[in-house]
Amino acid sequence: MDFSLSEEQQMYLGLFNDFAANEVARVAEVTDREEAPPLELLKKAAAQGFLGVPIPEQYGGAGLDFLSYTLLLEAVARHCLSTAVTIAIHTSLASMALLLAGSETLKERYLTRLASGEVLGSFMLTEPEAGTDARALQTAACRENGHYRVNGIKTWVSNGELAGLHIVVAATPAAGRKDCAMFALEKAAPGLSVGYREPTLGLRGLTLNTVYLEDCWVPAENRFGEEGSGWEVVDRLVDLFRESLAAVSLGAAEGALELGLRFAVERKQFGIAIAEKDAIQAYFGDTKVDIESLRHLVHHAAWLCDAGREFSQEASIAKYKGALVAKEAANKMLQIHGGYGFSEEYAISRFHRDVRALRILGGADEALRQQIAAPELARRGVALKPELY
Amino acid sequence: MDFTFKPEHRALRRMFREFAEEELRPRAKEVDRTGQVLPEVLKMMAELGMFGLPFPQEYGGVGAGDTGYCILLEELNRACASTATIVGAHIGIAAMSIYLDGSEDLKRRYLPDLAAGRKIGAFALTEPNAGSDAAGIQLRATLEGDSYFLDGQKMWITNGPIADVYAVLAVTDASLGPRGGHTCFVVERGWEGFSSARPERKMGLHGSPTSALSFDEVRVPKENVLGQVGMGFVTFMKTLDIGRVSLGAATLGGAQAALEAAVRWARIRKQFGRPLAHLQAVEFMIADMATEIEALRSLVYRTAWLVDTGQPFTREAGMCKLYGSEVASRCIDRALQIHGALGLSRDFHLERGWRDSRITEIFEGTNEIQRIVIAGNIFQEAGVRIRP
Repeated sequence: MDFSLSEEQQMYLGLFNDFAANEVARVAEVTDREEAPPLELLKKAAAQGFLGVPIPEQYGGAGLDFLSYTLLLEAVARHCLSTAVTIAIHTSLASMALLLAGSETLKERYLTRLASGEVLGSFMLTEPEAGTDARALQTAACRENGHYRVNGIKTWVSNGELAGLHIVVAATPAAGRKDCAMFALEKAAPGLSVGYREPTLGLRGLTLNTVYLEDCWVPAENRFGEEGSGWEVVDRLVDLFRESLAAVSLGAAEGALELGLRFAVERKQFGIAIAEKDAIQAYFGDTKVDIESLRHLVHHAAWLCDAGREFSQEASIAKYKGALVAKEAANKMLQIHGGYGFSEEYAISRFHRDVRALRILGGADEALRQQIAAPELARRGVALKPELY
Repeated sequence: MDFTFKPEHRALRRMFREFAEEELRPRAKEVDRTGQVLPEVLKMMAELGMFGLPFPQEYGGVGAGDTGYCILLEELNRACASTATIVGAHIGIAAMSIYLDGSEDLKRRYLPDLAAGRKIGAFALTEPNAGSDAAGIQLRATLEGDSYFLDGQKMWITNGPIADVYAVLAVTDASLGPRGGHTCFVVERGWEGFSSARPERKMGLHGSPTSALSFDEVRVPKENVLGQVGMGFVTFMKTLDIGRVSLGAATLGGAQAALEAAVRWARIRKQFGRPLAHLQAVEFMIADMATEIEALRSLVYRTAWLVDTGQPFTREAGMCKLYGSEVASRCIDRALQIHGALGLSRDFHLERGWRDSRITEIFEGTNEIQRIVIAGNIFQEAGVRIRP
């Protein structure tokens, strides 16, 4: 097995790392402190083609493989998780929804604008009564002549107030839980209003809004995906998003480790750098083991995706493991900082707050764990109950 | 063995619980947002005798002992960690150091005001270069005639910006090190050369003001030596030991509040057609939380009993702090997870508790130091002397 990156991947890795170290690093702190989405940074990312990395060139993307895209997310997340998650939502959910299931018309109309970063995308799935149980969603789309009327409330919509294009997942009354419909909704669609922005523990540069759809009028051609296979498409998008979050987790853990190492080498107590203390070295060792394990999981899932093979299980595993790795890394590296770890003058507490969401966003740990067990059980004739998203 | 709390302690708990629910919990979010516990709230607490709770009545206290004091911190921290931290630093280490080793004169001059909450106390040990290595402090105290002159800095001092009275550890003889060369002093705000810096910006405990302190040849009369000259380090370590028991009690309160919130949510919130309480993952998390809390409760109150009955308690105190801080972090984290995305929202109380509790694994001696202290205590019995 050849585990090395190709020459092209290496080259892009260099570009991603430069961008992350020079541009992302500079705005990470203020993005968090002022809870200000990094709009200027996103424009710079767009200018370099970073908002459409895995999207084919014919639709205005960079046309790179998914593994390369994970390298971007990892690099950005080493400095700013808010930016990394913003990009992941935009690319892995909104853009990929159109790429996988959109008509040529919709792709030409919207995908190019998303891939170029002219507009940002959101993906509206979650509702007050539909969190882990996503299939319980109630947003309803009724067909009337040449359009649909959509009614419902979507919550925790990432990029909500930034998005120029929203992908909304709605219920089809006829099919109940078994099917869903997806629509491309422009920001100015009549009946769509972006509401309250949720103030959060971490990822404070990410905008999370409640969105109201009140007799939201959308042209029939903006519905995409085949009838009967709505959830299949959503599940595939969720796989891509989970793999993306795994890459974000990897970057976060690496960023935290770097901060911890830097601090421990400088800080002297008992006459020596604390980096020379056994217990501190053990924290570094454990974190390094976690990071390398996760790297292999992320790359393997991406490789499967790029090879056109099934990767759902591997994406879930990478996401589940990634969230825990990021948590442990940030927590241990904060502990190494001692009292400074609790101070907002040092970056590590931001990482600690930011990574907490990774165990919930994109599938909570507890749900994922069972989903990961599901294929093994299914092979032996045992079904998951309840049916977990 | 009688595991029941005495009637007076049960009565205190009821009173503190009522106060915390009515006055602290509703204000906790605002405290976090503004960074201030209101003076009128502190005044109410003073009127209830909280600020001198463990000290004997002859010094203006209530005489509730370490057990009563643990009950106070447990109940306060259930509702508002910032408020509990102000009180904990004030009673548990500032006033406590004066009570443990101060001369009669020093006790009579300072304890009544501190016990009545007329003055707020702080405990100044940490410096920029002396964190876990507390013995590495450099604040100098030079004797000239009838006074000492203190020069140097302290850092991360809880109540630093708001205190009136400071118990300060300084170096009186650098050649002797901590055993024989460190001395404690009581310093008052307003003395020339003393100042506190602006409050630190912290991830949590926003309402518990923390700051650096600056001593620029501050003149301290020798009557304000706390304990014996040269024995300051011992006084401070003794004080921290007691402080650790009550910190364990505070973390117990935080963990208990998290468990209650998790049970409440698991009952109400439905997914897949039924309350979360029916998910085994949730049930197991609740069981693990409850078990750890029960174990912590026994550890804390047994240790408080050791203190109140004059028995050795250093090892157990370290365990209270170590176990308590980690139990609280685990329980609050599990409760947050059970709440899903709501747990991440700053409109809801859980994430505040999550941010607030993180420091408990670090201050009052990091958990790494606690492990070294506990192991050191055990190995000492076995005849081996270990060092950090």
